[in-house]
Amino acid sequence: MTHIIRNSNTLNTALKKYGIVIVLFLMIIFLSIFEPAFLSPTNIFNVLTQSAIFGIMALGLTFVIISKGIDLSVGSILALAGVIAASLAQVSNATDKYFPNLVELPVIIPIIAALFIGAASGAISGFLIAKTKIPAFIATLGMMTIARGFALIYTNGKPISTFIPGMNALGGRVFDIIPVPVIIYFITIAVSFILLNKTRFGKNVYAIGGNITAAEVSGVNVSKNLIIIYAYSGLLAGIAAIVFAGRVGSVHPGAAAGYELTAIAATTIGGTSHSGGIGTIWGAFVGALVLSVMRNGMTLLGVDAYWQQIAEGVIIVVAVIIDMRKNARRD
Amino acid sequence: MEQQQYLLTLKNIVKSFPGVKALRGVELSVLPGEIHALMGENGAGKSTLMKIIAGIYHPDEGTIIFEGNKLSRYTTAQALKMGIAMIHQELSPILYRPIMENIWLGREPLNRWGLVDHNKMYEATKEVLKEIDLDIDPRTEMRHLTVAKMQMVEIAKAVSYNSKIILMDEPTSALTDKEIHQLFAIMKRLKAQGKSIVFITHKLDEIYEITDRTTVYRDGMYIGTEETKSLKIDTLIKMMVGRDVNELFPKTPCHIGEVKLEVRNLSHNKYFKNVSFTARKGEILGIAGLVGAGRTELIETIFGIRQKAAGEILIDGKNVNIDSPRTAIKYGMALLTEDRRQSGIFPMLSVEMNMTIASLKKYLKKTGMLDNTSMKNTCQEFIKKIQVKTPGLDQKVENLSGGNQQKVLVARWLMTEPEILFLDEPTRGIDVGTKSEIHRLISKLAGEGKTIIMVSSELPEIMGMSDRILVMHQGKVTGIIENTKEVTQEELMAYSTNTAKEYHQLRSTI
Repeated sequence: MTHIIRNSNTLNTALKKYGIVIVLFLMIIFLSIFEPAFLSPTNIFNVLTQSAIFGIMALGLTFVIISKGIDLSVGSILALAGVIAASLAQVSNATDKYFPNLVELPVIIPIIAALFIGAASGAISGFLIAKTKIPAFIATLGMMTIARGFALIYTNGKPISTFIPGMNALGGRVFDIIPVPVIIYFITIAVSFILLNKTRFGKNVYAIGGNITAAEVSGVNVSKNLIIIYAYSGLLAGIAAIVFAGRVGSVHPGAAAGYELTAIAATTIGGTSHSGGIGTIWGAFVGALVLSVMRNGMTLLGVDAYWQQIAEGVIIVVAVIIDMRKNARRD
Repeated sequence: MEQQQYLLTLKNIVKSFPGVKALRGVELSVLPGEIHALMGENGAGKSTLMKIIAGIYHPDEGTIIFEGNKLSRYTTAQALKMGIAMIHQELSPILYRPIMENIWLGREPLNRWGLVDHNKMYEATKEVLKEIDLDIDPRTEMRHLTVAKMQMVEIAKAVSYNSKIILMDEPTSALTDKEIHQLFAIMKRLKAQGKSIVFITHKLDEIYEITDRTTVYRDGMYIGTEETKSLKIDTLIKMMVGRDVNELFPKTPCHIGEVKLEVRNLSHNKYFKNVSFTARKGEILGIAGLVGAGRTELIETIFGIRQKAAGEILIDGKNVNIDSPRTAIKYGMALLTEDRRQSGIFPMLSVEMNMTIASLKKYLKKTGMLDNTSMKNTCQEFIKKIQVKTPGLDQKVENLSGGNQQKVLVARWLMTEPEILFLDEPTRGIDVGTKSEIHRLISKLAGEGKTIIMVSSELPEIMGMSDRILVMHQGKVTGIIENTKEVTQEELMAYSTNTAKEYHQLRSTI
C-alpha cells in the first residue's frame, strides 16, 4: 500500500507554490531600480487604483472559474449597471440630463441600482447554466451581447456624465491619500475571501468545480450554488461599475469592453485553474497586480503601448505554463 | 493437439496494475474458425486479457503466438493490420458522422487529388455490410443506430480489416433477445468463413448456444479449457467461483431490530422493475448479481440520483418522496458510490474538504460561517477512528492510495450520522488489508443499529458479510435468501444467471 508523501526540496516547492509572487517581486525590484518613481506612494496607489476595476471583477471570476465555469459578461454588465447608475446620479442641472425632471437622489440609490442590475444579470446567466445545462461560455457570451445591447438602447449610444458629489467621491481619495476605489477593492477582497474560505457556499464552489457528480451525490445543491456564483460575479461587476463611474466621472455604453478578458487573465495568472477545483482570492489579487504593475512599469519606462500588449500576452501564457507545472499530478 | 494448429496461443501471461495483479500466468489457445468463450467472475481478468491480445495493454510476462509467429510488443494499429480486432464492451462511435466514415476512420480511400473519395468509401462500405448481412445505408449517421446495430458496424469494421480473429467483450450485455440472435447469426457466418471469435459473456445459456470451447479464469488464474458441449453447467459454475469463503469477513452477529427501510414495487424506466424488499436496523442486506443486473441503478434510484418510474419508499413505515441526494441525506441515508473517481472523490481537494462536504451544515455558526476548528477536530477524530493514512488534513486526496481514498469517503458519510448506508462495491480495487478493515467497520456499524445495504460483485464478500442476500438478474429480483451456512456460491450464481430452478432441480436429483 502506498500513501505518498512527497519531500521535494523546500526551495523548489516554494518556487512552485509562490511562482507568480516571485515573478511579481522580481518585476517590482526591476522597476524600482530602473525607475525609482515606481515605489512612490502616489504611484503605488496608482497601480492599485488601476487594478481595482478589473481586480474586483477578477474576484467574481475566481468563484466562477473554480466552479469550472467562465463569465464573459462582466464587462458588459459593468456598462449596463454603470449607465443606469449614472442616469440616477446626475446633478439637477446636468446638460445631458437623462431624467430631466428627476431630483438629485442620495448616492445610495444609484449604488443599489448598479448592484441590483449586476446581480440580476449574473443570476440570469447562472439560472440558464444550472437549468438548461448549456455551457457557461455560451450563456455568458449571450449575456455579454444582450447587456451591451441594453446599455446602448438605454443611453441611445451617448455617455452620461456630471454626477452628484457623492458619486464623484467614490472615485476620490480619503485624507487626500488613499483612493476610495482601493478601499472598495480591499473590502471586496475581504468579503470574497470570507465567502470562499469560511462559508458553506465557498466549500460548495470548490466541490462543484472539483467533481460536479460527487458534489451532487454529497448533497450539494448544485443548481442553487451555480446561480449564486454567477449572481456574485455580476454583483461584483456592479460594484466595479460604481468605481468606474466615480473615477471617470461619466459612463458610456461602450465602457469596459474587453475588461472581462483582463479579469479572466488576472484570475488565471493568479493560479486559478480552468480545470476546476483550484484557486484562491489571494491569487486573483496577485494576478491583477502583476498585470497592473506591468502596465504601469512599461508606461514609466516608456515602452510603446502596442508592445505592451504583446508583453502582456506573453506574461499570461508563461504564467499559466508555470501554474500548470504546479498543479500537475506528479507520478 | 499440435501447437501449429492454433491460430492464437497465449502462454503464462502476467499483467499487473498499480496495486492489483490482474493476471497471474493465464493461457488461451484459439483454433481457426472456432467461437471460444472466455468465462469467469467480475475481476477474473477476462477483459484485461482481451486488451492484451488487442495490443491495448502489454503483458509483463508471457508469450503470444499468432499464426505461428511469436509476437513482441505491438500496438492496436499493428494488431488490426495483423488481423486481430476487438469489439469493446463500451462502444465509442463518432455519433454525428456516417457509418462509412466510422468504418474507414484513419484509412479513408483517397482519389488522385489526395481528397477523400466518398464514392469509393460508399461502395466499399456496402460490400462489408453485405458480408455480415446488414442492410443499412452506409451514409446513415451513427447516432440513428441502436446499440446492437452500432456493434454490428464495429464487426463490419473488423471484417473490413480482414480480421482473422475478433475479440468480443460482453457484446450481448446491452442487447435484447432478438438482437442477440441476430448477433449470433453474424458470428456463425464469420465462423463459416474461417474466422475465429473470442467471446466474453456472463450469460451461461449463451455459451452453450454459440461457442465451441470454453476457457475459465478465476482471480487472474487459468482454471481450464473444455469443449463446451461436454461441460456441465454446475461444473462450469464451480470452475468460475470455486474458492472458499475465508475468514476475511469478520462479521459479528448483532441484534436485528425493526424494519427501517421498505421498498415497494420500485421500477425504473430502463434498469429494473418491481423491486420490493425490506431492510432492518442492524441488518446487512447484500445485493448480488452480475454486472448489468441493475443493482447500482436500484440504490441510486432509492438515493434520489435517478428518477423512479413507479413504486414507494418507506422509512420507519412512513412513505417518503426522495427526489434528490439532498433529500436522501435529510432522511438519514448515505451512499458510497461504486466509481470512486467518477462520483466519489474531489481529486484535487484536501482530505478535509473531501470528508466534510456532505455534513457542512453541522459546522455552521450563528454568523453563517463555518467552524473550522470543530471541522478539523472531527476530521482528526475520524482519521484516527477508521485509520486513514494521510500525512495531514491538507493533503490532496488524489495523493492517497485507493484504500485510503475509500476510507475518506466512508468518513464523509459517517460524518453525516446516517441511519441507512448504501455501499456500492465498497472494497473494489482495494488491497486485502484495507479490505478487511472496511469489512470490520461495516460490521461494527451494523452493530450500532445502522441499516446497511451492500452491493457487491464478489460472492465471498456478500456471503461473508450479509444477513440476507437479494439477488438480481436483468433488472428483476430473482431471490431474497437468508444467508445461512447452507447457501453456496453456486446457488447464488444460479440466481444471478436466473437458472436457480434448473440448479435446484439438478441438486434434488443428485
